[in-house]
Amino acid sequence: MVLIKSLFRKKPVDLLLLLLTWLSIVLAAAVLMLVVGYVLINGLPHIRPSLFAMQFTTQNQSLFPALVGTLMIVGLSLILAVPLGVFAAIYLVEYAKRGSRFVHIVRLTTETLAGIPSIVYGLFGFIFFGVFLGWGLSLMSGSFTTAIMILPLIMRTTEESLKSVPDTYREGSFGLGAGRLRTVVRIVLPAAMPGILAGIILAIGRIVGETAAIIFTLGNVARMPNSLFDTGRTLSAHMYALANEGTHPGEAHATAAVLLIVVILINALSSRIARLIKSS
Amino acid sequence: MNKTNKYSMKNVDLWYNDFHALKNINMDIPPNEITAFIGPSGCGKSTLIKSLNRMNDLVEGCKISGSILLDGESIHGNIDVNALRKRVGMVFQKPNPFPMSVYDNIAYGPRTHGIKSKFKLNEIVEKSLLDAAIWDELKDRLKKSALSLSGGQQQRLCIARALSVQPDVLLMDEPTSALDPISTAKIEELVIKLKTDYTIVIVTHNMQQAVRISDNTGFFLLGELIEYGNTQQIFSMPSDKRTEDYITGRFG
Amino acid sequence: MGKRSLVLVIADKEIAAKILFALSASAAILAVGLICVFLFMQGLPAIWNIGIINFLTGTSWRPTWDPPLYGILPMIVGSLYVTAGAILFGVPIGIFAAVFMAKFCPSPVHKILKPAINLLAGIPSVVYGYFGMVVLVPFVRENFGGNGNSILTASILLGMMILPTIITISESAIRAISPEIYEGAIALGASHENASFRVVLPAAKSGVMAAVILGIGRAIGETMAVRMVAGNQAVLRMPHEFLSGARTLTTNVVLELGDAYGGHRAALIATGVVLFVFILLINALFSMLKKKGGA
Repeated sequence: MVLIKSLFRKKPVDLLLLLLTWLSIVLAAAVLMLVVGYVLINGLPHIRPSLFAMQFTTQNQSLFPALVGTLMIVGLSLILAVPLGVFAAIYLVEYAKRGSRFVHIVRLTTETLAGIPSIVYGLFGFIFFGVFLGWGLSLMSGSFTTAIMILPLIMRTTEESLKSVPDTYREGSFGLGAGRLRTVVRIVLPAAMPGILAGIILAIGRIVGETAAIIFTLGNVARMPNSLFDTGRTLSAHMYALANEGTHPGEAHATAAVLLIVVILINALSSRIARLIKSS
Repeated sequence: MNKTNKYSMKNVDLWYNDFHALKNINMDIPPNEITAFIGPSGCGKSTLIKSLNRMNDLVEGCKISGSILLDGESIHGNIDVNALRKRVGMVFQKPNPFPMSVYDNIAYGPRTHGIKSKFKLNEIVEKSLLDAAIWDELKDRLKKSALSLSGGQQQRLCIARALSVQPDVLLMDEPTSALDPISTAKIEELVIKLKTDYTIVIVTHNMQQAVRISDNTGFFLLGELIEYGNTQQIFSMPSDKRTEDYITGRFG
Repeated sequence: MGKRSLVLVIADKEIAAKILFALSASAAILAVGLICVFLFMQGLPAIWNIGIINFLTGTSWRPTWDPPLYGILPMIVGSLYVTAGAILFGVPIGIFAAVFMAKFCPSPVHKILKPAINLLAGIPSVVYGYFGMVVLVPFVRENFGGNGNSILTASILLGMMILPTIITISESAIRAISPEIYEGAIALGASHENASFRVVLPAAKSGVMAAVILGIGRAIGETMAVRMVAGNQAVLRMPHEFLSGARTLTTNVVLELGDAYGGHRAALIATGVVLFVFILLINALFSMLKKKGGA
């Protein structure tokens, strides 16, 4: 009642603005509910054990090989990008002189990497790893390409968490006669770990959701890669193939739901860690 | 026998980029005594104490000239800065325990300097906590996070941590400014007890604290050492007008 | 002697670590260098062979003809259409929603909405594309006509997809405006709405602009979702043909790269180069605005 009364007291312009803000946020929330709701409601009833069969056949349209392929790409990509990204961030925050030319160039190129669309990564991965280095469509090509894609994300989140570690920790450690390396490894990194982890999880989400860069580097073949130089597919690429073929709508619905659930879980994990950091 | 000085500073000047933070400082710090640095904010007292274990090296654009001798040897010469900081412990303005257990906080220093034996580490942790007069409070909480302690306990833990590497000198940069009066009293009591084994330099904002605990006092103003001598004498009959103005509360 | 070598080993470890960290930091430079070199090295000769005018202003894309025609004007225009459409749908809603998040949202609601918007950003493009295929395409077909695979459908879908980018970055730009500015307006008797929209939002202008630019970058670079709803005909469209299908720069690559050889592949790489240049320009604009915003 009070709310309605106060609405009537407002000037028309203010009332319009207020309504528009509410309308907009409701629309934004509706987009989420619509996408998530539609995919889950239509997909969950189609999830059945055959979808998780070891072997893909044209009958079962199993997503299991793609799931394994996703895990492989994620694992390899992290092995490549996490050390590189974390070390780079350590250099920028703990070693580099602020405002040096090198730091400036690193920041510029990192921002550039972050803005490059995935199809351009796919194109580059295809002509560089696939053709020039001769790796073809393979786990190697795919994971190197996605590693470059997530590098800026890992660097940025690690940098932010390193910066949020209070300088008093560093002073305390230096004051005891510890060197810079020991201070960074033993004191700063552990304190920054939750933030770095949240960034890594975001990066996993990015890889899981990636398609355009995957299909021209890893390929899109429905089987598990049996070596680093073998082709395969990820869950997103599998989803893309199913949607385009259009011959198995039930399986396509179910696969979309599984993919979405994986992404939701990854997101929840990441924001949980982020909240943990804030509360401590 | 004449006591040799622990620290001996000659013509020390320090700049942060263009800012002249310390101007021609000459002072000797005797061993096994408490020397207090007092003066208004920005007078250079904290800058000087941070020069004694070269913590200023961490500040970009910091330049220092003149000589600082520790036991007759230059701290800027052919010396490993980490070894210097092991010899010269430091306690900071705000308690800064590491985000790990009480035990690991104390063991961090000895581990840094290569001590791995569990037995030896246990011994050091106990001795350091005993020396910092906090063993009784913490002996059952060694595995607890140091961040769960009260502010006063955290600061005494940090003192214990500084003692863990067996320094000769203990530098304390306003160690009680973030603490309540009861915790402050405990720390002061501890500092007085520690001077039998350590040379102590303390920066303080609190003149009463300087009177209560220190043997020597240096008064700083705008980067200069205005007056330095026996604490009783400085506070009863300062020879410089500016010192008198400060200790009688006429500015600062 | 023993002590000295110990010091040396420690110092060496420090130096080795510093070099390792610095080399890692160079990885980003190396990556950008490689991407530029390989894209340009293979794309520019193709553009040269086709003729830059023919390539950029040619209206026919006929890679299988003899001689083949490689004109990407339809794709450039297609990219511009869907991006403009995405802005039309996404930007007003995104900015109003950002003002809501920063200025109107009670904190318990914010705790729910913030992760929801993060999730919106995390949904994979194929899932958006799939949703577009099975929901938006029939919706547009039934309510607006055409077969549903259209510029309009792609615009709506892209508008949805750039929402989280615009909301998140605009919100933080609005929050970065010091509260004194808002309080100053309130103290003069302005209403909450007035102060938020007439004082705080304009103060956050460059940050909000940066958000829009980044949204444009997302829209122009999006591939899979557009591929799944836009019809993909390489035909030059007029603005009133928004119910017809179109092909964008991104989808041109994704549709044909899989089985292209020789000059055809080179022309696709050249398409990627044009897209890449667009993106570089947008990024430059973005970082310029971000710097101006002081964020």
